Amino acid sequence: MRQLWLCLSLLIPTMALAEPSKQRQAELQNMLKHDCGSCHGLTLKGGLGPPLLAKDLINKPDDYLVEVIQNGRKGTAMPPWKPFISEQETRWLVQTLLK
Amino acid sequence: MIKPFLSLSICLLFSLPAHAELRGTGDLGVIIEREPAAIQIINTTHKSSLSRITELGDLSHASVVYSRDARYAFIFGRDGGLTKIDLLQDKITKRIIQAGNSIGGAISQDGKLIAVSNYTPGGIKVFSTETLELVADIPAHYADGKLSKVVGLVDAPGQKFIFSLFDAGEIWVADLNEPNKPSIQKFKGVGKQPYDALLTPDGRYYIAGLFGDRGLALLDLWSPEQGVKRILPDYGKQDEKLPVYKMPHLEGWALAGNLMFIPAVGQHEVLVLNQSTWQLVKRIPVIGQPVFVMARPDGRQVWVNFAFPDNAQLQVIDAKDLSLVQSLSPGKAILHMEFTPRGENVWVSARDDNQVVVYDTSSFKEIARLTANKPSGIFFSSRAHKMGL
Repeated sequence: MRQLWLCLSLLIPTMALAEPSKQRQAELQNMLKHDCGSCHGLTLKGGLGPPLLAKDLINKPDDYLVEVIQNGRKGTAMPPWKPFISEQETRWLVQTLLK
Repeated sequence: MIKPFLSLSICLLFSLPAHAELRGTGDLGVIIEREPAAIQIINTTHKSSLSRITELGDLSHASVVYSRDARYAFIFGRDGGLTKIDLLQDKITKRIIQAGNSIGGAISQDGKLIAVSNYTPGGIKVFSTETLELVADIPAHYADGKLSKVVGLVDAPGQKFIFSLFDAGEIWVADLNEPNKPSIQKFKGVGKQPYDALLTPDGRYYIAGLFGDRGLALLDLWSPEQGVKRILPDYGKQDEKLPVYKMPHLEGWALAGNLMFIPAVGQHEVLVLNQSTWQLVKRIPVIGQPVFVMARPDGRQVWVNFAFPDNAQLQVIDAKDLSLVQSLSPGKAILHMEFTPRGENVWVSARDDNQVVVYDTSSFKEIARLTANKPSGIFFSSRAHKMGL
């Protein structure tokens, strides 16, 4: 049983940690800049998608932003990122965007 | 007599190095380095980098067109930057910020005008290629005075620019024969959210992809009075679509006989159309959602790259029997491909590996590799003489 827990905690390290590992943070930053950036702009000033600068997001609840990133927005081009980014990582991304 | 002769020889002496560096531009090109906001000027014969030019603003989604003498490259940046680069002197000739948010541009049939399509403020602006001075401003007004984002801007025969209004679902044809007084023909209700468009290489058909609707919008420029028709009306039903992690581009096409190849939105397929009947001939299954579907200049091969998360691969379709003939893994985040003018090589950008990889298109062997900082688009000067790019 203990071994199982050890395995699980190795498999899903992000679940146990408050924020993603440094390496994962770098991956997420790169994803934000380039993959999110392909619609929202490299500098996040907007493109086909709306701007994602802190001043544009500050009045939106964190949970709403997490929900949009996780599940996308129906009727728009925003896809769900759930398959690639965990909820916790999404929370970290939202905090990064709001900084 | 001696004095003038002496000074002449001194002049000649000092001008010699410049003469020694004379070069043509027909085998040159530009690689966009997206993150550092720089470009590299490259040579496709020697497969080498000649120079690097920096401080070009936000180059996400940057694209390039060439002057008709192929001496100058015009770079369109996301931040509204329009930069004229002299390929012979490796320097910026002029740079302006013409809007807040831009998506691409085109050069006119006569080479004198350059048009930029803008998201903010929505519309196109037309500039002199010589001076980059504003010649015409065409805001994309639609219902209740709003401005639409403009996509799919191309040049077309008759000194025209054609573009689509993403928010309005319209296609506009702007005639710039009188540059200061553009006349505009509007086609409304063409379909929801046109996201990009292409012009066939003969300059006859303008085809816009529809993100929010079924099928594609087709305008026959030889018969504009017939209006915009919907082709493949049963294709791309919303419920069949997968989430789209990167918008496809419609820049590429292939014409083998009369077949056209286009990316299917939200599907792991390339669509093959008969260009005489506009009927679907075949759906070719591929490993991911296609972004660019580009024909080798002779039309025999069609190269395809893919959206996240399948963007580490390339696949090649043989246009003769419509089957996949090759899969390649050039590196991480393959963003763009560009063929040499007659197609013996293709240059491929691998953004997250900071590499540009050159392949021999007949053997599929890698023949060269260049280092570039987060490379995205690759644009060769042979585009100078092609319509609709």
